[in-house]
Amino acid sequence: MDVAIVGLGMHPFGRTPSMTGLEQGAAAARAALADAGVDFKRMEFAYGGSQDGGNADSLVNLLGLTGLQFTNVANGCATGGSSLHGAYSAIKSGQYDIGLVVGFDKHERGAFNAKPADWGLDDWYGETGLMLTTQYFGMKIQRYMHDHGISRETLIRVAEKAFRNGSLTPTAWRQAALSWEEIENAPMVSEPLNKFMFCSPAEGGCALIVCRADIAHQFHPRPIYLKTAVVRSRNYGSFEVFSPSQPPEVAHSPTVTASQAAFELAGVGPEDIDVAQLQDTEVGAEIMHMAENGFCEHGDQENWLAEGVTEITGRLPVNTDGGCLANGEPVGASGLRQVHEICVQLRGEGGARQVAGDPQVGYTHVYGAPGISGVNILAR
Amino acid sequence: MPDAKPLHDGLFSWPDAPSTLMGSRCLDCGEHAFPSQKSCRACSGQNMTAADLGNEGVLWTWTIQSFMPKTPYHTDETPETFKPYGVGYIELACGLKVESRLRENQAEQLKIGMPMKLEIITVRKDDEGSDLLTFQFCASEEQG
Ligand SMILES: [Zn+2]
Repeated sequence: MDVAIVGLGMHPFGRTPSMTGLEQGAAAARAALADAGVDFKRMEFAYGGSQDGGNADSLVNLLGLTGLQFTNVANGCATGGSSLHGAYSAIKSGQYDIGLVVGFDKHERGAFNAKPADWGLDDWYGETGLMLTTQYFGMKIQRYMHDHGISRETLIRVAEKAFRNGSLTPTAWRQAALSWEEIENAPMVSEPLNKFMFCSPAEGGCALIVCRADIAHQFHPRPIYLKTAVVRSRNYGSFEVFSPSQPPEVAHSPTVTASQAAFELAGVGPEDIDVAQLQDTEVGAEIMHMAENGFCEHGDQENWLAEGVTEITGRLPVNTDGGCLANGEPVGASGLRQVHEICVQLRGEGGARQVAGDPQVGYTHVYGAPGISGVNILAR
Repeated sequence: MPDAKPLHDGLFSWPDAPSTLMGSRCLDCGEHAFPSQKSCRACSGQNMTAADLGNEGVLWTWTIQSFMPKTPYHTDETPETFKPYGVGYIELACGLKVESRLRENQAEQLKIGMPMKLEIITVRKDDEGSDLLTFQFCASEEQG
């Protein structure tokens, strides 16, 4: 049984002081239900996740106690990808006809602070100042720039594109484009990445209604088909966050294995993708993920960015809504925002940021600590 | 430093001078680990032995921590006295790369491939006033 997405809902990302995380999740769910023209009572199952916004299954207190199967998902930044994978499998198996996927979050301001014990590490690691995701991101792109000839200008170009695209996206948190100088001269956070090169924790909610492909037109005139949903974890040797040591041989990241499996299962290749969302926790991530997902060779990003290949007007538009950089990262909702944006683009509802040429096939990639990647391929 | 002890036992030899990093090696597949592991992440084996990882290597990658981290960071610094510190991975002779604080804290001082050596530093004082120690790496040339 093929799987279709027939409802899209979002509570704008950023800060909504008047609403709890759960309320933002409920708002997104109601918007998705309305988009599909269906009642919550009709939902046979739900997959939901939130890191700091409360238990996703508590949403039934706001949406209605209908007795549906509700599964909470906790997979870091890959929570949305894992939730959608659960829903995909539920429909694909033939067990269910229609269900809800929802993610939301509400984080404190400032960087996430992780506890060593939660990651199987002893206290010394955090106490001596090594327990920061920002350091890992800085060190990974630092080595990548050294190995593959990526310049600081390319880092700036990615940030510039993100905020420009965000300024075209009504639901984005960052609504103002930034100049080259503003980005270049921003305070350094973790060499070589500065303030405007990182996304920030935020708030928001996102939801999708997923159903059997053969009943999809009952709910929406333009269903988007979920060709495949793949989640993979890291192999030995993959360079990941919070690693006191790293094996001699650097292995492929889980992004590479997830991407290859997704292309194989969907029966398409990178050249068939018209629009993509690639995890951009920081600018280096977007650059590395272009190659890790098979869209270019390592090092090609230098020319691709200079030539505007990944702009909305380019050959492979990437992060058309401004990605995590412009939307912030409510962890539970972030992976679903990517899918939401691809569905918007494939429906042709992108407004000022709509990719021209009637895009047919889209791609989403989420990456979470420590080493989980989720890839979805979607088509009209 | 008589009135001093490691913040965490088993990471480096102490009070030997010079100190070396202490890890483990898998007797089945030969892979090293730091900190020492009871089972092997490479082959899932459980035949591990202690391994002296030495005190020299080359810089594999680096960054600079430019603001004072929130908890669980725990030193005697205040936001006013905080000094940025380098963080990097040092590639050791056995091939393993170990994550470490770096003494160098300016971009001009750090270059991938530069030789580095281990040193022992104070993290903070405990309730009795003893220095709690950890390891970091610094450029070999400056050490002399
Ligand atoms: Zn082994």
